[in-house]
Amino acid sequence: MTSSNGSRVKAVACIDVMLKPGISDVQGQVVERSLPAMGWENVSGVRVGKHLELVVEGPSLEDLQQQVEQMCERFLANTVIESYSVSLTPIDA
Amino acid sequence: MTPNVAVVVFPGSNCEQDVVYALRREGADADYAWHGDDNLGGADAVVLPGGFAHGDYLRTGAIARFSPVMGPVADLARRGAPVLGICNGFQVLAEAGLVPGALRRNEGLRFLCIWTDLIVSDIDTIATRACQPGQTLRIPINHYEGNYTPPEGVVPRVVFRYHDNPNGAWRDAAGVANDNGNVVGMMPHPERASESWLGSEDGRLVLASLVESCNLAALA
Repeated sequence: MTSSNGSRVKAVACIDVMLKPGISDVQGQVVERSLPAMGWENVSGVRVGKHLELVVEGPSLEDLQQQVEQMCERFLANTVIESYSVSLTPIDA
Repeated sequence: MTPNVAVVVFPGSNCEQDVVYALRREGADADYAWHGDDNLGGADAVVLPGGFAHGDYLRTGAIARFSPVMGPVADLARRGAPVLGICNGFQVLAEAGLVPGALRRNEGLRFLCIWTDLIVSDIDTIATRACQPGQTLRIPINHYEGNYTPPEGVVPRVVFRYHDNPNGAWRDAAGVANDNGNVVGMMPHPERASESWLGSEDGRLVLASLVESCNLAALA
């Protein structure tokens, strides 16, 4: 995969996979119930998810973004119950 | 004709021997198939057994669904042949999209290894053909991710319901089928209820249904 001018980019992709908002997050609820015992009575909305990082290389950031989103759709997330977000940071440009 | 049933072995499967034993008891010519094979040797039906395929890394069944053998498994499913996924096998079928939905962590976050009473709620499937409607089957479960969740806006065919929902599954679903009823995924282990000295023989009805379905498919 090479762009017309032959340049390539490399980026770190940070991927967060979370249960969809409508799906009960049992882990998050347990964590939330545990915090007041440690003195934090001011916490709500705890959700527990997964963080993945990977390095990708390709012709452009837009292309890489698309590829990583495809990875999420096919494999890294189960979109029946999970949603994902991808953020790319270019490295040694 | 004696039906030929392939039982797929993934790295990390651990129920395949029990499944082969129990299927042979129901008169099937059951044998193992390796997950790396790209064919099922002309099998009439396939069972994906329980275990922890590929360590269940990322998600249960997420890696196993890309095993080479899953191509022929999907072909069999498309042709209307009997395909049964038990426990981890159910999770693999769900990840592969061969049955609708996903299996999440149990409500209560406990690994459950207990006997359950199942109510047969659909007898028109390859796993329940030999059962009576509403019949109760005593079959054990052994899982951490058995909390069945359907895709948004989809109402799947529920084949077995828990009498006492142990894991939070949607509509007490212990097993579901595809639209045709030829692909069934179930969390309980019928092979562990296949001898009286195991505590129950009710699982034999599930496996006998599968074997009987092969014969019907051969006639069709």
